Amino acid sequence: MPFSAQPPASGERYALSASLDNARHLSSLLRAVHFQDHATCLATASGLRVTVEDAKCIQANAFIQAEIFQEFSVQEESVTFRISLSVLLDCLTIFGTSSLPGTSTALRLCYRGYGYPLMLFLEEGGVVTVCKINTQEPEELLDFDFCSTKVVNKIILQSEGLREAFAELDMTSEVLQITMSPDKPYFRLSTFGNAGSAHLDYPRDSDLMEAFHCNQTQTNRYKISLLKPSTKALALSCKVSIRTDAQGFLSLQYMIRNEDGQICFVEYYCCPDENVTEAEL
Amino acid sequence: MRFRAKIVDLACLNHFSRIINTIAKLAKTCILRLTVCKLYFILSDKVANGGASMWCELSQGNFFDEFQMEGVAAEHNEIYLEFVPENLWRAFKTAQSAKAVKIKLTNKHCPCLRVAVELPSLSSSSRIVTHDIPVGVIPRRMWNDFREPSVPDFDVSIYLPVLKTMKSVVERMKNLSNFIVIEANLSGEMNLKIETDLVSVTTHFKDLGNPPWASEDGYQSSAQGRDVESMAEACIDIKKLQQLLAGQQVNPTKALCSKFNSSACELQLVGSFAILSFSRISVFIFVCLKVNIFTAPEDFQYLYF
Repeated sequence: MPFSAQPPASGERYALSASLDNARHLSSLLRAVHFQDHATCLATASGLRVTVEDAKCIQANAFIQAEIFQEFSVQEESVTFRISLSVLLDCLTIFGTSSLPGTSTALRLCYRGYGYPLMLFLEEGGVVTVCKINTQEPEELLDFDFCSTKVVNKIILQSEGLREAFAELDMTSEVLQITMSPDKPYFRLSTFGNAGSAHLDYPRDSDLMEAFHCNQTQTNRYKISLLKPSTKALALSCKVSIRTDAQGFLSLQYMIRNEDGQICFVEYYCCPDENVTEAEL
Repeated sequence: MRFRAKIVDLACLNHFSRIINTIAKLAKTCILRLTVCKLYFILSDKVANGGASMWCELSQGNFFDEFQMEGVAAEHNEIYLEFVPENLWRAFKTAQSAKAVKIKLTNKHCPCLRVAVELPSLSSSSRIVTHDIPVGVIPRRMWNDFREPSVPDFDVSIYLPVLKTMKSVVERMKNLSNFIVIEANLSGEMNLKIETDLVSVTTHFKDLGNPPWASEDGYQSSAQGRDVESMAEACIDIKKLQQLLAGQQVNPTKALCSKFNSSACELQLVGSFAILSFSRISVFIFVCLKVNIFTAPEDFQYLYF
């Protein structure tokens, strides 16, 4: 095998180096935030965060904790780079996406630092693939400043409850209206489409409701086109936490359990739709 | 000019329809050449369309229980027909549980291949579904365009890896680039490479083995005395390669890729070869793809199946 096909010795200095027994753990999480071509990656000692944004209104973060990797080391305090997510996903799934039992793609990932390409070494069944993906200048990310102390309302649902609702959303409606309230209707999803309005209520004592902490009645509208990409994460997740802050910013946190039972999180932040007058509510 | 044939055996029918399916995936139109003992499916694409060509040779005795043909003349006892393989594949799709399939050349309003499928039924009378597939009869003066391609001289020949792995690698690479570089050497190593502004990806296969046929007549020149480590390479249209791999309905038991070079050009050439062996039938489909027409107009990649 030529020298270039050998993964680098661990003695070499890399700003970021990591290895993973099953590359699918990474690719499935990245697919959950793949609604724009470019992603910004931030690696710290605690793990890797991949951020995708669109229209300055929505941000998706996939968190892959350091524990998910067999080896994960970051030489600097934090390492940031921007990368084409579709290229990265094509590289990670080069041996196919199907999950045949007993076969898994091993991954080694290295990044030397600013200006260098991201190197991926993938191996399956004795076949080695080396990918060099050029990195780009990281862009300024949106800061939603969404901290847990500012949360007004919070609901944790089992994902299957929301999956059905999202699959049946009236896509002719421009917005999805979310009502969260300590009193009836507790948690309501509404759409206003060509064929009329639809309201979907979740009772507080539903089996799907894992936690219900609502302090005040809040009604906010969100563009459906912005929320639609989050269904990719919803499809993989087992639980979802829906939170809003005082300004109506929405946070959707998806808890995703991979094949080995490890837990990862994908988070979506979305701005409320501004064109809401009091009269419409 | 007459032609009629009949398939009764279910296994033969299945093999035949799988071959038609593979051909339908590779070619929009193709030539059916009928002789007394053999039938050939031939695709010889013009360079402008990517230059893929294919040669598939079947012995009629391996498939048909009845086979009668009468060519244009006694001394040219052959028939050349042009048809759309997709149409023939549709006709055979309905024939999966057929008791018998009859194929006949007819001329009602235009020349047609009539595929009559006899389907089993619960009552005593059987059901017959008939497909008329329009064909064009190729005049004798054009027969020379469809001669068997010769195997070019090559530098390296190598067995291909498991086609499923290769297929998925080529499929991903197709998303990233338009051209793929295939390189191989005489010590059983093969690499698939793409390189673009965004990304470069190389997949390394090893321990593939090199077929020993280099010593056969006519195939030995360039491959002999070659450094076993040095790579021969060719750059080809990735879509054509992907199409070929995706169209694989018959699982080749052995696939072989040989690379050759044209003395006139710097760039070297690729060829590959697969022998499909069924329990009692051997099928050779010869496919050849035109290589990177931008850099080397005279270079070909050959893939034989």
